[in-house]
Amino acid sequence: MPQITYREALNQALAEEMERDETVFLMGEEVAEYDGAYKVSKGLLERFGSDRVVDSPISELGFAGLGVGAAMTGLRPVIEFMTFNFSILALDQVINSAAKLHYMSAGQFSVPMVFRGPTGAALQLSAQHSQACETWYVHSPGIKLVTPGTPADAKGLLKAAIRDDDPVAVMEGELLYNVKGEVPDPEEGDFIIPLGVADVKREGDHVSIITHGKMVHVALQAAGQLAKEGVDAEVVDLRSLRPLDVEAILRSVHKTNRAVYLEEGWPYVGIGAQIVALIQEEAFDYLDAPVLRVTQADIPMPYAKNLEKLAKPDAKRVVAACKRVLYQD
Amino acid sequence: MPDTTTQQDPRLETFSREQLHEFLRKMLLFRRFEEKAEEAYAIGKIGGFCHLHIGQEAVALGFIGPLREDDYAISAYREHTQALAKGLEPGPVMAELFGRRSGVSGGKGGSMHLFDVERRFMGGHGIVGAQTALAAGIGWAIRYRGGDQVCVCFMGDAAVNQGAFHESLNMAAIWKLPVIFVVENNDYGMGTKFSRVSAVPVLEKGDGYGIPTHSVDGQDILETWRFTEELVARVREGEGPQYVDARTYRFKGHSMSDPVSGTYRSKEEVTEKTHKQDPITLLRDRLLEADLLTKEELEAMDSDVRKEVDEAADFADEAPFPPEEDLYAHVYAETNPNGRLFLDGRDR
Repeated sequence: MPQITYREALNQALAEEMERDETVFLMGEEVAEYDGAYKVSKGLLERFGSDRVVDSPISELGFAGLGVGAAMTGLRPVIEFMTFNFSILALDQVINSAAKLHYMSAGQFSVPMVFRGPTGAALQLSAQHSQACETWYVHSPGIKLVTPGTPADAKGLLKAAIRDDDPVAVMEGELLYNVKGEVPDPEEGDFIIPLGVADVKREGDHVSIITHGKMVHVALQAAGQLAKEGVDAEVVDLRSLRPLDVEAILRSVHKTNRAVYLEEGWPYVGIGAQIVALIQEEAFDYLDAPVLRVTQADIPMPYAKNLEKLAKPDAKRVVAACKRVLYQD
Repeated sequence: MPDTTTQQDPRLETFSREQLHEFLRKMLLFRRFEEKAEEAYAIGKIGGFCHLHIGQEAVALGFIGPLREDDYAISAYREHTQALAKGLEPGPVMAELFGRRSGVSGGKGGSMHLFDVERRFMGGHGIVGAQTALAAGIGWAIRYRGGDQVCVCFMGDAAVNQGAFHESLNMAAIWKLPVIFVVENNDYGMGTKFSRVSAVPVLEKGDGYGIPTHSVDGQDILETWRFTEELVARVREGEGPQYVDARTYRFKGHSMSDPVSGTYRSKEEVTEKTHKQDPITLLRDRLLEADLLTKEELEAMDSDVRKEVDEAADFADEAPFPPEEDLYAHVYAETNPNGRLFLDGRDR
């Protein structure tokens, strides 16, 4: 299987879907002539022309809303946010328009569109450019959310998101764009990963590390360290936060009886809070220990390298949490 | 605005008698519909927020009437009469206000969220100015498909202070989108006079984007209709977006909880406007004066319209409430076979 980067995987997904379906177009800041702030859309302008690969003004609220309006008429816009941090400006159109129009119109209008771009922190970008935005999106019924952590997941999930008839946010990771991984050759047919299917990235019996997005890599790192100490951790990558593969979570907890949720974002009312609530509601009798969470520190992200490192969740904290639920600390 | 009730307007001759009667009949229908809604609200048939359009009927008719069926209209939350102007039936619109399943939005939207995909009425939207960006998207889609339709986007004067408005005008301009932005300038955003929240008049808010700006007397259906016909033709031919300051006046309070006059506008002001600038009486008197309408015809017309509105209210009253199974319907257009979409833990 060919090894390609996460960036190339997204680019393939966009190109294949634009080739397949003329109603798909890409709009966002710097997506056309600049080839994308992170080069995800490289070559697409040349291939599909300026009507379908469109540089927008820096008007997140405006072009997010434009995408919603176009989607109401049946087009399938892919709206790129240079980062989801900037999409905070667009949240009214995401939450009040995209997520609600189908319901408010009793199904007359659908909003088949994608919002995509990186979420979470990169390196030393400071407080306003280093936020995990998943909670803001997934909190609102009417939007779906996927968070690919590998090149294959990026390609398969973006393609599924573009084909979905609802608004889907595809949250990527700035630090993932250069990550390489195996992705099926396009010659071998359409590669789609359906929404709502988690993926066990590492099997294990002793403790479940449940996570999403780029934290998958931190979880695997932690599992590797735990293995050296004789602890066999399972890593469950949710991949999709709505629809949520609850069965996969319960299956893993039934097996290990212990769980840690790892996420890049803040703890309070975060994704982990929801998953913990769900586990205790639906698998209480299977638990041998309280479910713990490893998150970013509950502070805005600092710039200084040493402080930033302290603020972020890391493998060391995951290892410590796993040992606590195993009563090994 | 001069008092034109005693002068014969030369534009009368440019419309047929049937057309003029239809203008009057439609505006009367809008008026009686809103009066019926007001009555129904008072007895608890309609809940929540309800924003009446009384006094602004000529703007709705004037900007929507000249459109083709395949053109689009989108609005804010004072949109009952615009929906009627776009061809939505009074019964289902009233039923929506009553929160019934036979309503145009299945009882899910209410007064502020009327939709009709067939008639290309793209909604009542509740966040001030947000619909301007959706209109840009509709314009984008028309251009993308190479169509010659136009999209008329209504907003109140308060919307011109929103970021979405300015972003949308800019995008519409750079991509030459076929959108007509119509400000229903009734001089008040809720209870705040426009001049208190803007250093320049409504018309000037459209400057700075390279979009032609226009001003029209929104109480005069003849002027508004002719103006729109010409403007739509130009947009259809590719002239790009337009910005219109349609001067009008809201005869009722902002919503049902707001008195007609009081803290923010005087009784004298409201009386003056309602007596001299009522779009219906202005047209009526012109037609009577010019012998284009008889008192008998007027009475018959009003009686027909009242009957139509009574029937709409009866239809709404008799329509069923949405069944419980509608609660979770239409949250998503596509139910994915995998995973859980609803995380409330309730049985469905």
